[in-house]
Amino acid sequence: MASNLVKKYFREDHLPHIWCPGCGHGVLMKDVAQAVENLGLDKDKVVLVSGIGCSSRAAGYMDFNTMHTTHGRALAFATGIKMARPELEVICIMGDGDASAIGGNHLIHAARRNIGITAIVFNNDIYGMTGGQYSPTTPYGEKGTTAPYGNIDRPFDIPKVAEAAGATYTARGSAYDAVRTTKLIEEGIRHKGFSVIECASICPTYYGRKNKKGSAVDMFRWQKENSVSVEKAKTMTPEELEGKLVIGELSRSEFPELTEQYQKIIDKVQIK
Amino acid sequence: MKNVKLMQGNQACVEGALAAGCRFYAGYPITPSTEIAEGCAARLPQVGGRFIQMEDEIASCAAAIGASAAGVKAMTATSGPGFSLKQENLGYACLTEIPFVLVDVQRAGPSTGLPTSPSQGDVMQARWGTHGDHPVIALSPSTVEECYTLCVRAFNLSEKYRTPVIFLMDEIVGHLRESIQIPEEGSLEIVNRTMPKDLNAPAYECEPGSLIPSFAPFGHGQRYNVTGLIHAKDGFPTNSTEIAHNQVKRLMAKIDENLDDILSWEEKDTEDADVLLVCYGGTARSAYSAMEDLQKEGIKVGLFRPITIWPFPAKRLEELSRKVKKVVVAEHNNGQILLEVERVVKNNCKIDFIGKVNGTVITPDEIANVVKEG
Amino acid sequence: MAGKAKKLVLNVGWCKGCGVCAAFCPKGVLDLKGDKIAIVAEDKCIRCGLCEIRCPDYAIWLEEVENA
Repeated sequence: MASNLVKKYFREDHLPHIWCPGCGHGVLMKDVAQAVENLGLDKDKVVLVSGIGCSSRAAGYMDFNTMHTTHGRALAFATGIKMARPELEVICIMGDGDASAIGGNHLIHAARRNIGITAIVFNNDIYGMTGGQYSPTTPYGEKGTTAPYGNIDRPFDIPKVAEAAGATYTARGSAYDAVRTTKLIEEGIRHKGFSVIECASICPTYYGRKNKKGSAVDMFRWQKENSVSVEKAKTMTPEELEGKLVIGELSRSEFPELTEQYQKIIDKVQIK
Repeated sequence: MKNVKLMQGNQACVEGALAAGCRFYAGYPITPSTEIAEGCAARLPQVGGRFIQMEDEIASCAAAIGASAAGVKAMTATSGPGFSLKQENLGYACLTEIPFVLVDVQRAGPSTGLPTSPSQGDVMQARWGTHGDHPVIALSPSTVEECYTLCVRAFNLSEKYRTPVIFLMDEIVGHLRESIQIPEEGSLEIVNRTMPKDLNAPAYECEPGSLIPSFAPFGHGQRYNVTGLIHAKDGFPTNSTEIAHNQVKRLMAKIDENLDDILSWEEKDTEDADVLLVCYGGTARSAYSAMEDLQKEGIKVGLFRPITIWPFPAKRLEELSRKVKKVVVAEHNNGQILLEVERVVKNNCKIDFIGKVNGTVITPDEIANVVKEG
Repeated sequence: MAGKAKKLVLNVGWCKGCGVCAAFCPKGVLDLKGDKIAIVAEDKCIRCGLCEIRCPDYAIWLEEVENA
């Protein structure tokens, strides 16, 4: 008993998923399905690769070719899949720690290569699966079980890191703004080259409680009241932007996609 | 017309891989294996295959497994330090039953060690490097020709048993140049993984009587989940203790119940030997010369050369050890296969050992001296 | 051509009681009854679908109704 979208794109017998009540990941996972639906992709040709952590459990629930790999390594596995079979549509779903801590090296190199993979980062600013440790995106001063006195690191801006490394499409969505986030994911998949879409999620259970952010409803409401469109953000000073969620397409550039370039090499040197 | 070529071991490994149907390589430069990456970079696109140099060995191993999951035979090569980095993903491929070949051209360790010097110090790492109980097949070539033919066998075993195979080379055979006869096109048996009869069947369901699932590569319409978590037949994670038990036991049984097919070794002059040399990989080359010299002195010495290091050909060695006075183990480490020999031979006969950890090669004379001393 | 009539459908089994749909429903159609979602004012429902969009567990959605 589910909606048409869920019937079509989810492995129903494995629902409800394991995420906590009010977790943003559930909304974001549906956005991915909606984006694939809007693009009319052939499910047999979509490969969803994830790492380890709360977000990465998404792969198991979705009715594509799915690969739940090792922590931080989704993009490396995905690179092998895309390089070996470029005709497959390869999408990665990772968490913030998964993508930018242990997976950071693979993130910047996948970006540098501009390989045709869509990297979707469910960013809830915490390691949820292991019980609430702070992560590379936990805001400065906020708490996690391993930052009981407040985070003294500066957090990553994942889209900026990816853009600097060579990603040719970067964007940020949020669990609250599901309609726009779906569009950004669609655009990322359609984009030829390496796309990074950071999706600001919410973690009421650990991040919310540890940092007194209230209930899931409060955290969604915070996203609603603190999101700023990319266009509007251009008119705001850094101080005004402090702590705001800039939502929309952040950067776009053109560079030849890796597997297409490699195909040219094969066409040139292949011995018939 | 015989196709004989002068070739380096590393290069022969590349040609063997291509002959086996390998069409994807992901790697990272590391002495003494880099020629394999360089060979694949040049040769793979010539046969319609693809090469990628990744950002580290962890990524290289992951990319190779990913390519194989997409249905393309894949390989990655490294040496000790990289082999250590690849262990976690190697274990992932064991559990997810995704075939690929991992070449380890061993060099003197530990740590950075002696990068250009030979060693066989990764033997136990090949068996137990990754965590948890898992199946392992590891083959060790002694000649440049074997770098070719055994690499084909590594791919065949990997595809047949849907498990990673470690091609345990060493710097001796890796950097050695010898003339080898390239098997004629089509003369070698090439094994490909089986396709499922029914694409709707659960991916990890085995046919009755078989221990090996036959799920289709990504993109063939059998949409299933692959995960490093213990998983049920449909590939979805489970905490079921019963499934965990059955899964690990089945993975081990894939190897343990097919030893006749998997095991391979060479025996030379063991019929009436008094002393049995046990050597493998590059060390066996010194053993052959030592045997010649000793036999000229009237000493009855034979050679037992494991080609599959894991699983170890224990049964045959145990039989032989009951017929000889002494077994002499020679290997380029501080005694690793020695432990397996001791476990198998027990007190059937005396066991002498010669091991080297200084990066130089064990010479025929050094082996001969130990044989005569005993 | 007016769209097909739609109806709110629940799969209460999947609801984890997070209350998000009820909080963001612009017409107060929904409320939690013992940690589970319940339709309390169906007549006020304007079929905007925000509940379906916001539900993390896919326990509520709009379904097209075959005209009787």
